[in-house]
Amino acid sequence: MNDLSLHILDVAENSVTAGATVLEIRVVEDPVADRLIIEITDDGKGMDEATLQAARDPFMTTKKKIKQVGLGLPFLAESAQISGGDLQIESILGAGTRITATMGYHHIDRRPLGDLRATITTLVIGNPKVEFRFSHVVENREYIFTTWEFKEKLNHTSLSSAAGIRALKESLAQGEAGLR
Amino acid sequence: MPKLTIQDLAKMRDDARKHIALREGGEHRARITVHMGTCGIAAGARDIMKTVLEEVEKAGVGDILVTTSGCGGLCSHEPMATVELADETPVKYIDLTPEKTRKIFGEHLLAGKPIMEFALAIGSERRG
Ligand SMILES: Nc1ncnc2c1ncn2[C@@H]1O[C@H](COP(=O)(O)OP(=O)(O)OP(=O)(O)O)[C@@H](O)[C@H]1O
Ligand SMILES: [Mg+2]
Repeated sequence: MNDLSLHILDVAENSVTAGATVLEIRVVEDPVADRLIIEITDDGKGMDEATLQAARDPFMTTKKKIKQVGLGLPFLAESAQISGGDLQIESILGAGTRITATMGYHHIDRRPLGDLRATITTLVIGNPKVEFRFSHVVENREYIFTTWEFKEKLNHTSLSSAAGIRALKESLAQGEAGLR
Repeated sequence: MPKLTIQDLAKMRDDARKHIALREGGEHRARITVHMGTCGIAAGARDIMKTVLEEVEKAGVGDILVTTSGCGGLCSHEPMATVELADETPVKYIDLTPEKTRKIFGEHLLAGKPIMEFALAIGSERRG
């Protein structure tokens, strides 16, 4: 994974696979405290103790098992750790999961954020039955996007129609522009 | 960092739920599903999605459903997408590039003619 926006897409797809109906994605850029935080919370099925252990510690097992456990979370853990941070996985079986990655904002090995808008667009259009709340904090400014407010504005226009796609792209472009 | 609690999750859910009026119901003539597992994403699946959305905008259509799904099951042939037209067997396309995707969009999704040379095999994407 070359950038953090691709990690976010990947980890959020785990949530969808776990049956999430609501997904919250938070990206906090805090250059002053030298911290970048990515937090993804879902109301999916959660993980039992064995899955949680395996997801947290895939490198404890043999190479063959790593493949079985999956690559998404270990990749993100690596991206966090090489930039002086870490990955935290919390899960409540039957209720939901939160993945938190922290990184050193100014760390030389910290991966770039990449195209966050493309990630949010892909998630929102690609999963029309899932509700998303995206919050992006840059220093003391915050942009919040929610699918429920957006869909209300769309009125009955389909999300994956030409008009729906254009409206989503414009909405995200405007919101993100206000942060810089 | 405060610990994740059931209450946090319930609140997150309520915030969304209390606003939801009507859900996506519209009629769709065709559907394209881009596979978004880790291998797919690493191989460029998000760019394939981006290309599909650009094509929808260019064509100005509203009756094609664009969705994503988990792993396509064939890591070495990602990025992959599945095209379904009403009453027809789904076609799974492999090793996609933006160029191939644009062709598939025009010829299969808009004109109704699958491009078999880009396809894996005719059959349902559902497995295991
Ligand atoms: N949000 C989540 N809710 C419930 N279970 C999860 C969640 N995220 C991860 N898991 C569990 O942890 C496992 C490991 O996740 P990971 O992303 O590392 O690999 P994967 O999704 O199985 O495969 P890959 O990402 O390589 O396609 C998953 O298979 C799943 O069982
Ligand atoms: Mg995964």
